[in-house]
Amino acid sequence: MNITRRRFSRIAVAATAGIVSPAIWASERAQAAPIRIGTSVSLTGPLAGSKNALIGYQLWRDDINAAGGLLGRQVEIVAYDDQSSPASVPSLYSKLTDIDKVDVLISPFGSALSAPIMPFVKQRDLFMIGMFALAGNDVVRHNKYFHSGPWGPNSQFNWTRGFFDLAKHAGCKRIAILAADVEGPKIAASGGRTIAQEYGMNVVYDQGYPPTINDFSSILRNIRAAEPDAVFVSSYPSDSVAFVRGLSEIGVGDTVKLLGGAMIGLQYASLLTNLGAALNGIVNAHVCVPEPTIKTDKIADFLARYEPIARSQGLDPLGHYAPPFAYVAGQMIAAAIGGAGSLRHEEMANYLHSNAIDTMMGKVRFNEIGDWTERRVLMIQFRDIKGKDAQQFRQPGKQVVLDPPVLATAELAQPFNKARSS
Amino acid sequence: MFIEQFVNALATGIMLGAIYAAIALGLALTFGILHIPNIAHPVFVVAGAYAVAVANGYGWDPLLSGLIAGVPFYLAGIFFYEFYARAFERGGRADTMQALTLFFGVSLVLETVLLLKFGTDLQTVEVEYVGQRLPIGILMLPYRLLVPAAVAPLLIATFWAYLKYTYTGIALRAVAHDDRALHVSGINPTRIKRHAFGLAAALAVIAGAILIITGPVDPFSGRYQLGRAFAIVVLAGMGAIPGTLAAAIIRGVAESLVSAFLNPSWAPGVAFAVLLATLAIKPQGLFGAKQ
Repeated sequence: MNITRRRFSRIAVAATAGIVSPAIWASERAQAAPIRIGTSVSLTGPLAGSKNALIGYQLWRDDINAAGGLLGRQVEIVAYDDQSSPASVPSLYSKLTDIDKVDVLISPFGSALSAPIMPFVKQRDLFMIGMFALAGNDVVRHNKYFHSGPWGPNSQFNWTRGFFDLAKHAGCKRIAILAADVEGPKIAASGGRTIAQEYGMNVVYDQGYPPTINDFSSILRNIRAAEPDAVFVSSYPSDSVAFVRGLSEIGVGDTVKLLGGAMIGLQYASLLTNLGAALNGIVNAHVCVPEPTIKTDKIADFLARYEPIARSQGLDPLGHYAPPFAYVAGQMIAAAIGGAGSLRHEEMANYLHSNAIDTMMGKVRFNEIGDWTERRVLMIQFRDIKGKDAQQFRQPGKQVVLDPPVLATAELAQPFNKARSS
Repeated sequence: MFIEQFVNALATGIMLGAIYAAIALGLALTFGILHIPNIAHPVFVVAGAYAVAVANGYGWDPLLSGLIAGVPFYLAGIFFYEFYARAFERGGRADTMQALTLFFGVSLVLETVLLLKFGTDLQTVEVEYVGQRLPIGILMLPYRLLVPAAVAPLLIATFWAYLKYTYTGIALRAVAHDDRALHVSGINPTRIKRHAFGLAAALAVIAGAILIITGPVDPFSGRYQLGRAFAIVVLAGMGAIPGTLAAAIIRGVAESLVSAFLNPSWAPGVAFAVLLATLAIKPQGLFGAKQ
C-alpha cells in the first residue's frame, strides 16, 4: 500500500496528539487542583494538647482561600493523627509525600515528633516548615527547613537565654537546673547549662526526673538545701502543675531570686485557672501574651476567631501558645510560594533565605538553617494573679514581659518569695 | 538536714504508696484473684477521675462523688464482663492473648471517648486543701497526698473485710481456685466474676477520685499507671489484697528515697529492680501463696 506524504503527516499529527493529550489534561487538572499542605497533628496521645495548632492552620487556609488562594489555586490541609508517637511519624510523612503527593510539608509538633523525619526530609530534599521543634535542624542542617517558632539562632542555647540574662542582671551566681527526662526539656536544660557556664554561674543542683512523677517534695527540699539564686525548670504540663503545687506546699527557700524558665503548660487556660495565685512570681517562657508590646489588631482578630472553635472542640480557649505560630507557618508557606511564583522547593527556599517576610507575629528573616535571625521568645513573669478567672489572662499586666528588652513591659520582681506573695 | 530529708521522703513514700495501692486495688481483684489481665483498669481509673471532675464542677467533694459514682461504674463493670464472657470465655477459659487484645482495645476506645468528650486539657478538681500542708515538727505533709493516702487504707481494709467475711466475698476468692467446685456448690461462677468486674470498676472510680486530687489527669494518664499497677499486684502476690498496700508502700518509699538521695531519674528503675529482686527470691510475691 502506498502512503502519501499528506496521509503520513495526518497520521503523525494524530499520534502526537494522542500521546501528548493526557499530559496536557493532567497539567490542566493540576492547575485546578488545590495546593496540598501535609502535616501530622497529635489528635490523640499524651501530646494531644498541641492539636489546637490545627485550628491555626485551618484559619490561615480559610483566609488564604478567601483571598483567592495561592497561584490561583485553593489550599487544602492534609493532616493525619500521629498519636503523639514518634514511631508513627516517618510512615505518615512517607504517605504524605509518596501517596498523597502533597506540595508542602509542615512538621509534627515539637522536638520528639519532628526528629524522626528530619533525615527523610533532607534525603528527599523537601521543603518543610518546622513547628515548635527546639533545635530541630541543628544536626541535619537542611537548607529547605524553616522554623515557625520564634526561638532565634542556636535555639538549643538561646531558647532560654532570656532567663539566664535576667539571672545575670539580677546578680545570680548559683543556679539550680531541673528538667524532665524527655527530648524538649533535656535540650533546654543542656542549653541552660552551657549559658550558665558562659555567664560564669555555678550550677549547684542539676537533676532530671521521670515524666511519671507525682510529687516534687524531695526534689524541692534538695533544691532548697543547695541554696540557689535562680532555679531553672524545664517541664511538661502535668509536671509543671505538680511543681507549682510543690512550691506552695514545700517552698524553695529565701535565697531564690528567680524561678521558672521553660515550664510548658503554664500557657494553657486549664492550668492557669487551676493554679491561679500560685503562679505569681514565676518567670516562664512564652510566645504571645496580651501585653501592649506584643498584641496587635491582627493577633486580637485571630484569637477572637480561634476561641469559639477551640471551645467547641474542648481545646485551650486562650490559644496563646501554638495556634498563632501555626498561622505564621501558613504565612511562611504563602510567602515562599508567592515569592517563588511556583511550587519548586528550591525556589521557595531561596526566596525565604533571601527575603524578610511579614507575619502576624512581625517581620521575620531566616538564617541558613531556617531559624529566625532574631530571638523573640518572651520571658514573662506572672503578677497579680487572683482567683481562678480565665479572663484575667487576656488582660495586660498579669503576664508582664521581662525579656527581650525591646519588648519588656516591666522589671523583674524579686526575690521570688516576695514576688510570689505580693 | 539529712534527718529532715529522710523523714519527709519516708512520709512522702508512704503516702504515695497508699495512693498507688488504691489505684492497683481493682487490678488486684481482676488480675490477682481472677487471673484476668485487665489492662484497661488504669483507663477506668482515669474515666473515674473524669466523672469526679464533672461532679466537682457542680461543687461536689471528689471523694464523696467517687463513692456515689461507684454505683454506675459497678453497672458498667458488669456490662463489660458480660461482653468479655460472651465474646471470649468459652467453657470457662479464655485465651490470654485474646483477652489482652480485648482489654487493650477497650482502653484505646475509652481513651478516645474521653478525648472526644472532654478534649485534651488537663482536668483537675477544686478542693480547698490542695496546695496546703500539715506541719508536724520537721514533717511537712501536703494535704493533696495526705487526704487520699488516708482514704486508701480504709478502702483496702473495707474491701478485704468484704472478701473475708461475706458470702459473696468468699465465693469471689473461691472462683479463682476452682470454679467447677463452685458450680457444684450451686453458685454460678459467671455471676461471681461479673460481680467482681463490677466491684473492680467501682473501686476504679474511687481510685480516680484519689488520683485527680493528687494531680491533674488527661485521657492518657492511665498509661503512666499501667506498669506501676501491674508491678504492685505481682510484687504483693496474686490475690494478696492487704499485701497490695504493703507492696505499694515499698514501691512508693523506694521511689521517694531514690529521688531524695540519689537521682529522681532512677526512681522508676529502682522500683522495678525491687520487684525483680523480690521475685527472684520469692517468685510468688511477698504475700502470695506458694503453688
